[in-house]
This record gives sequence, structure tokens and C-alpha cells, in this order.
Amino acid sequence: MKSNSRNALFVIAVLLGCALLWEALTRLFKVPVFMLPPPSAVLVAMKENPSIFVYHATYTLESTLLGFALAVVLGVVLAVAIVQSRLVERTLYTVLVSLNSVPKVAVAPLFILWLGTGIEPKIAIAAMIAIFAIVIDMVHGLKSVEPEMLDLGRALKGSRLKVLVKIQFPHALPSLFSGMKVAISLALIGAIVGEFVAAKRGLGYLILLSQGQFDTTTMFGAIVILALLGIVLFFIIDALERLALPWHASRRQEGAVAVVP
Amino acid sequence: MSLVGPSGCGKSTFLRCIAGLERISAGVLRVDGRTVSEPPDKLGMVFQRDVLLDWRTVLDNVLLPIEFRDLPRSTHEPRARELLEMIGLAGFEKRYPWELSGGMRQRVAICRALVDDPSLLLMDEPFAALDAFTRDELNLELQNLWLRSPKTVVFVTHNISEAVFLGDRVVVMARRPGRVEAVLDVELPRPRPLAMRDSPEFVAHAARIRALFETLGEFRKSAR
Repeated sequence: MKSNSRNALFVIAVLLGCALLWEALTRLFKVPVFMLPPPSAVLVAMKENPSIFVYHATYTLESTLLGFALAVVLGVVLAVAIVQSRLVERTLYTVLVSLNSVPKVAVAPLFILWLGTGIEPKIAIAAMIAIFAIVIDMVHGLKSVEPEMLDLGRALKGSRLKVLVKIQFPHALPSLFSGMKVAISLALIGAIVGEFVAAKRGLGYLILLSQGQFDTTTMFGAIVILALLGIVLFFIIDALERLALPWHASRRQEGAVAVVP
Repeated sequence: MSLVGPSGCGKSTFLRCIAGLERISAGVLRVDGRTVSEPPDKLGMVFQRDVLLDWRTVLDNVLLPIEFRDLPRSTHEPRARELLEMIGLAGFEKRYPWELSGGMRQRVAICRALVDDPSLLLMDEPFAALDAFTRDELNLELQNLWLRSPKTVVFVTHNISEAVFLGDRVVVMARRPGRVEAVLDVELPRPRPLAMRDSPEFVAHAARIRALFETLGEFRKSAR
């Protein structure tokens, strides 16, 4: 615990140091605000007009979360199907891996064409980018069950469903969570990509809009909020993991636990 | 019954065949008069690794077979608690596997195998990964459990002393090709105390098995 909070303090100190340096350099060299605004100006802009940022951030958050949820549900279903059948594995896995090698940003305009300019294409793009992390980690988790454990299930004459529900699935949960940690950041990227292509709302749209108006300060405000969103979402998943898998979390920190009385 | 032999002689494979986990290539294998084509009904299994489920408490791990067989949990829970108590794990029901030592974990695995009162218990080198003291303890506890409710146990080991101590009958297996070399009856009274391992009868049994392996050339490289 002690080293944890010290670590957090260190990170904050480094970030503050960077901001101060940035502030000092912009003032010292009199960098024009439309090129690089000082952090103080960004903060002032965010404070003066918070409703704009909230308005756009909630939209981005919504498409991120919905896309992420879609990716988790679909990804888990796909992973289970892949593990259950050799045929599905050989076909689906091949398709997924080849699809994954296509730069997904490149197909984003297609989704706009298919789904219009509402929130649906943003959700779809977020899900598409995030799903691979889920599928790959979940398949790995389901497959890494010890063979003896499966023998045990067979010796008990358990149906495949029982083995899946009682042994494989819980065993794969830690992998699913590590996939989800990657996927949540990817979903945020997907949402922004969707907003870049065509949108009337969202932080991605706000960035494009303020770029057109040379309002670099607002752009930086949106970027700062995006960074914060990414960090907060990641730590929410991390906290959920600790809640859902106490047996796993405590195993990971075996060394650290002993220190706490 | 104990199965003893060097690695690679097919002890574990034979056990897996009895369990219906592996198919036999030729011949007939009958358990309780029935040809084995799938795992027998009343079967308990203990592996070298305890394969406890990390996310389940000790009690829930022991009750896993009950859930797999769709039996009512409530009627079997007292039995599970009783087994845990007999093997010295009373008070640990709500603990998780990662809180237990290796010996305790293997004890839980034994309770799990016994919870549905199997008529056939297969044990595949269950104590091979444990230290000598824990192994002795568990040998005694296994014997106690067996005395309370005798059943057919097939115990695979590569430890001669353990095979003689636990077995009423010791099947000696050899490798290249894997085969049964000899079957010895061990007529020592039960309960057998650990000290019995120093008795002349016990030593004679162990010596016979060792001599068998020696004539088979198992000790060529190291012991001579």
C-alpha cells in the first residue's frame, strides 16, 4: 500500500513537472496560442465553458461503453464457439485474424455508409476495434485449462456445458479481464475514429471543429478529457476485476499481501 | 492395490484406461464386470496435481462431483464436512485453495474424490509432489479413510516403500515394452503404523521388488 501511494505521488509529480515545463517554455518563447497554448490557458478554457466539454464527452463515453459492451458479449460468444468446435476454430479464427490485419481505421467510412451518421456507426467501429482483444484473450483463457482439470470433468461424466460453465469459463475470467483492459482503450479509439469520419457531436467532432477554427486551446481541452476518460475507464475495469475475482487478485499479489497486518 | 514401476512403463496410462479417459488398443478391460468404454459410474480420481478450482472454497471444491452429477447439494454437504474433518481440515471449509499448503490441497482433492462414495478410487501418483513428511502423513490418513470405508483403490506410485505400505497387492510394472512383471501379495496387518516400514517382513517385500527392478536393469546407471 505504502509503495502504491508513493508511486502515485511520483506519477503526479512527473506530470506536474511536465506541465510546468510546458507552461514555462510557451511563455519564454512566446509561442502563439493557436500553435501551442500553455496548460493554464487550456485549464481556463475548460473552466469557462465546461458544458461544451461535458456535452461532447458524454456522447463519446456513450458510444465507447456501448461499443465495448457489444465487443465483450460478441467476443465471449465467439471465443466459446471457437473453443468448442475444431471446424469453427479453423474457419472463424482464420477469418478473424485476417480481418484483424486490415487497418480498421480504413474501413470506418464503410460503417458510416452502412449505418448512417448517428451513434450506431461509432458503436460499431468501437466494437470492431475492441473485439479482437476480447476474443484472443478469452480463447487463450479457455484453452489454458490444465488437461487434468478436463480429465476430472470427464471422469465425473460432466456434460460439455457443465465443463464449460463450471471449469473452463471461470478459469478464463482473468484472461477476459486482461482482454477487457486492452479493449476499453481500443473502444475509445474506435469511438473517436467514428467521430472523425462523420459526426455532429463527440470529443472527436469537437477536435475537428476547433481545428477548423484554429481554436487549439479547445482541442487540447478535448484531448485532456480523452486522456482522463481512458485512465478512468481502465481503472474501473481494474477495480471490477478485483471485485469479481478476489481469488485471482490475491494470488497475483501474494508477496504484497504478507506485509499488511 | 498399488501399481509400482519406473516412469514410462505405462502405469498412468493403465490408470487412465481404467478411468475410461483413454482407449485400449487391444484386449478387453472390464470394471465390475462391465467393459470400459466411458468413465465408470462410481469413480473417484486423484491426480498428481490437485487440480482444485481456485475460485471455489474448499467445501465447494469437495462438492464439485455432486454438482456434476446433479445430486442435491444439501444432502451431501454433511458428508463433505465429515470427510474434511476426518482428514484434518475442519475449520477450513470456507478457505480458498491459494490459502492452503500443498499437502492440504491434496487432502482436499482426496475428499473431492471420496465425496460421492465411489466404489473405485484411482490415484495417480497423488503424493509425488509432496515432501517426505507430508507424504507419510497422507499415507496414514489414506489408510484411515480406507479402513473406515474399504473400497477398491488403485494407487500408482514410483515409490516402492509407499507401494508396499499402502497395498494389499503390489503390481510391479516394467518398461520397454510396458508390461506387468509381477504381482505380490502384501499380507501385513492393518492399521499399519509408519514404524512397520522397518519390520523384517516389510523390508523383505520392498527388497523383493527392488531386486526385481535390479534384474530388469533399472538401476544399471545409478546404483551400481
